[in-house]
Amino acid sequence: MEDKTRKIREGDIRAVSRLIRNLEDRIPTTDEAIRHLFPFTGKAHIIGITGSPGAGKSTLTDELIYAFRQMGKTVGVMAVDPTSPFSGGAILGDRIRMQRHAEDPGVFVRSLATRGALGGLSKAVGEGIHVLDAMGKDIIIVETVGTGQQEVEIIDHAHTVIVVLVPGMGDEIQAIKAGILEIADIFVINKADREGAGKLFKEIRGSLDMAKNFPGGWRPPILMVESLFETHSFSQSVAELAQKTLDHHQLLIDKDLMGDRKRRKATAEMNEAIRAAVLEPVLDELVSSGRLDEMIQKLVDRASDPYTMAAEVAKQYLAPKKTEEP
Amino acid sequence: MAKRRLRVMVAKPGLDGHDRGARVLARAFRDAGYEVIYTGCHQTPEQIASAAIQEDVDLVGLSNLSGAHNYLYPEVCRLLKEKGAEDVTVIGGGIIPDKDFQKLYDAGIKALFVPGATLESITSWIDQNVSPRE
Repeated sequence: MEDKTRKIREGDIRAVSRLIRNLEDRIPTTDEAIRHLFPFTGKAHIIGITGSPGAGKSTLTDELIYAFRQMGKTVGVMAVDPTSPFSGGAILGDRIRMQRHAEDPGVFVRSLATRGALGGLSKAVGEGIHVLDAMGKDIIIVETVGTGQQEVEIIDHAHTVIVVLVPGMGDEIQAIKAGILEIADIFVINKADREGAGKLFKEIRGSLDMAKNFPGGWRPPILMVESLFETHSFSQSVAELAQKTLDHHQLLIDKDLMGDRKRRKATAEMNEAIRAAVLEPVLDELVSSGRLDEMIQKLVDRASDPYTMAAEVAKQYLAPKKTEEP
Repeated sequence: MAKRRLRVMVAKPGLDGHDRGARVLARAFRDAGYEVIYTGCHQTPEQIASAAIQEDVDLVGLSNLSGAHNYLYPEVCRLLKEKGAEDVTVIGGGIIPDKDFQKLYDAGIKALFVPGATLESITSWIDQNVSPRE
């Protein structure tokens, strides 16, 4: 184990990709590996990139990799795509946009499937970030699945969240709704050469104008990125985006706000770890004994209700609280 | 504990933009329950080998219709071996004359599928011959 974690810290690609695979497949030895790696993490700047399907997240990620490489920084990417709820399979297509970096030893790109996790991230992503961090990547970009309105888990993991929007996706009410628009540290209006970009810009700006205050005084900038076929202006816009993410990171450090972000990630990880340690063994047993199926059938037949049955399970597995003797 | 999911890469090496077949295969693999990484067209063998290792795939499926399979397919096998990943199974497809088969098998390609091969024949070959590496 020591040997393997050393390999990861030295940036051995096979060891890194294998460990991430083991995290995805939930192989029990991974807990040990993460425990060993944990002291070597916490150095990377973690950037989340989220937005609706087809908004251009992968293409922006590709150009961001290029911009960061120009600055001499190494980059790790985890790109998430959805798992089929029927076959369990997945098509992981984000990599198509990033293949020009495949031979660059300063870039590591890994595609992950959601495997049923909600929130646009797979469970392995949170831990995978630690692996890429321990392997020494300066910047880690997490690209979520194409999201709707509520998949905001990325803020639990990223220091800087980029929300990618495209014109023509809805009316002004969308811009004042809760959820994904609230988590942005930076807005990108992508495909801004299309009709409606100016209107979208004004809607976001109006929405930001109503905010009472911004933590650390960071008002999320709104960047317009036009067609990637205008290669020069596209590159320039994304270079500006890269610089803004670094500015944001610097601000978090200067204003002593990194603690908040780290605390959020720690909270999410603690919840996740407790769930894995407590809930999953119970579920596994209920599945393998066939009891879960029985309970589901009872529910279908309306012979019982979920709360009664869950309470029975809880009674069986949770030790009764000891009451203090007077 | 979840069971290991098969990870496969569908890759198109060389100067050939005909990726309808590759996309249909990717879809069939998804429906067979595999996680499929698709690289897109115009890939060099170096890009494919490097991506296969970063993605920790169990299988690489190569598709090329330009007639350059005799160079490109063995080169992918060679590079994987050079990077210590000879345990990744490599299969190929495309318009491949019978006389080239043996050469490609000798280079390390485990199976070849040519026009007329059904999607079922490909996924059942994979199910029988490839399992997630422990």
